[in-house]
Amino acid sequence: MLSIKNLRASINGKEILRGINLEIRPGEVHAIMGPNGTGKSTLASVIAGRDIFEVEEGEIIFRGKNLLEMPVEDRSSEGIFLSFQYPVEIPGVSITNFMRTAVNEQRKYHGLDPMPANEFLAKMEEKKRMLDIHAKLANRSVNEGFSGGEKKKNEIFQMAMLEPALAILDETDSGLDIDALKVVANGVNKLRRPDNAFLVITHYQRLLDYIVPDIVHVLFDGRIVRSGGKELAMELEEKGYEWIKAEA
Amino acid sequence: MEGITTNYNTKETLIRLFGENRPEESPAMANLREQAMEVFVQNGFPHTKLEKWRNTDLSRSLNHAYTFPLEPASDGTEPEDIFRCDVPGFNTFMVSLLNGRVTDAGKNLPQAADGVIVCSMAEAFEKHTDLIERHYAKYAGSGDNAMIALNTAFARDGVFIFVPDNVEVTEIVQTVNLIHSSEPVFVQPRNLVIMGRNSSLRLVMCDDSVDNNVGFINSVSEFVLAENARLDHYKLQNKNDHSALINNSAFHLEAGANLSTSAISLNGGLIRNETQVLLNGRGSHADVLGAYLMDRHQHIDNQVFIDHAVSDCTSNELFKGILDDSASGVFNGHILVRKDAQRTNAYQNNKNILISDKAVIDTKPFLEIYADDVKCSHGATVGQLDAEAMFYLRSRGISASNARMLLMYAFVAEIVNRISIPELRGRIDDLVKKRLRGELSVCDQCVLHCNSREQKIAFEIDMSKI
Repeated sequence: MLSIKNLRASINGKEILRGINLEIRPGEVHAIMGPNGTGKSTLASVIAGRDIFEVEEGEIIFRGKNLLEMPVEDRSSEGIFLSFQYPVEIPGVSITNFMRTAVNEQRKYHGLDPMPANEFLAKMEEKKRMLDIHAKLANRSVNEGFSGGEKKKNEIFQMAMLEPALAILDETDSGLDIDALKVVANGVNKLRRPDNAFLVITHYQRLLDYIVPDIVHVLFDGRIVRSGGKELAMELEEKGYEWIKAEA
Repeated sequence: MEGITTNYNTKETLIRLFGENRPEESPAMANLREQAMEVFVQNGFPHTKLEKWRNTDLSRSLNHAYTFPLEPASDGTEPEDIFRCDVPGFNTFMVSLLNGRVTDAGKNLPQAADGVIVCSMAEAFEKHTDLIERHYAKYAGSGDNAMIALNTAFARDGVFIFVPDNVEVTEIVQTVNLIHSSEPVFVQPRNLVIMGRNSSLRLVMCDDSVDNNVGFINSVSEFVLAENARLDHYKLQNKNDHSALINNSAFHLEAGANLSTSAISLNGGLIRNETQVLLNGRGSHADVLGAYLMDRHQHIDNQVFIDHAVSDCTSNELFKGILDDSASGVFNGHILVRKDAQRTNAYQNNKNILISDKAVIDTKPFLEIYADDVKCSHGATVGQLDAEAMFYLRSRGISASNARMLLMYAFVAEIVNRISIPELRGRIDDLVKKRLRGELSVCDQCVLHCNSREQKIAFEIDMSKI
């Protein structure tokens, strides 16, 4: 589904990613762990298409298409979803209108007519129910005045609405209490299907107790220095990152 | 020194015209005009060497061979011929002005029986002399304001509204100010709104172009709100790029009176709104709001002066604007808190988004405080669209152009959402969307009566209906 080969990327001339190789197949959950400042969030941003990063080398092929040649919005319509570490507050844009615009633009991209309003509203209700979100989202502005937990739940809600093939969760667990963490993790688990995949970026092993990964990668200094099963996460929790640093 | 010279010597023409066209009227009125004319003769048209006009240059707007219609047009054109009223759910009592003259005098408001008067100023000058004597030209002080003085010197017509004590006017009153002429015209409507104790009124004043001809409007409106009166006032401006619109509004509030005034500027070659609010009675409150969306070479200037003359008053001022292309804007907010105006609460803010490198805004929020127990804040921001927010929206599949529009719309929505008349809010909401999509040029019909209600606006934003 996603194939990253020798990806090198920099910001302001400083190289952050120094040759990433990663293969993700449908149905898989991958976790990327690693110390702060090793390039985890950069990798997420480069896949999503944030233009502050310069891709120096390598390729990202997603379902047969070259992502690096696509604008941000097309990547999204192709099925990439990024759950932001710091979701942006957008006063004046209601969640309903935001999602309705997004859903319909993605439909347009695929040559479909806009979703009728009643169908759209029913879908919103269905996803809220599924994710155990009780808040009245409809008329609230996107993320405005939301708590940390609410923002992350809102990211998962958007993911549920857009039904991406590959969802990237960038430190979704940061700043969450255990209850919010469970809601987020349950949401992800409910959205898992044989034909979609998840890339979970986290600093701590805690989230992986709830979202169990198939493969764990350790990112250090812009490279994936180790990959393994879910037990690798446990090992990291026990030994800390110093062990990896020493090896690298 | 004279700052503005034109090829047509507009000032001299006006002086000559003044001498040749003295209406038959009371000595008091004639005297008022003469004094006003003196102020204009001394000051001339405002020029950019004056501090208050530093960033608004009238010289280009004045450089046309204007005619100055003082009498009603005789070619029989009716405003109904140039636009239609067809907005469902928005029924107003409409007063149309064509080239500065009220055209449909004689219509009666259903509440006339309660003593409410809505008529032309020309009629009021004759029939309501007591009210005119008491209130006319008492609030928009000429001082050295040459534009107000010029208006006072020449004013012949406009809209006159009187609401007696304890009367709530249920119908929305709407004035539509149209310019329709094959040659450049310079018109000077004059409005007076008198509101009694505990009365209330909703008033929408539209300035529209119906063609692309050159026009200059120098309008003055005076509003007086007696104790506990409530005025909900909107100015909608959608003028062609060859228009100049100078709009002076003076509001006088007595104790407990409540004013909300919003200026929504969608198009216009040059627009200057001068708003003065005098909070003259304890517990009075004013919301002064504005939104502007300017592009091409359009120019918008909002000058707001709020005078907290007595204690325990509140004012709330917020102007938001988006400038694109080579558009330019000015915001000049001045709040004066006088020595005895204790426990004043005043807020003032001007926020701008510049879309292009060539767009300019000069913003100057200003507080002048002489009381010691006050709560005042002021601020101004100038920025671009937030890159983080752009990326966020696009990462959900929204195209860059729609993401940009969504953010611009959201920026202005803060003002639009405060419009308390639901049908008007919906209508202006549509207009803002159309404007942002580049679909709102100068309609061939009035802003509020654009014949496009049924047309679905494809831009998927609808704050209210879901």
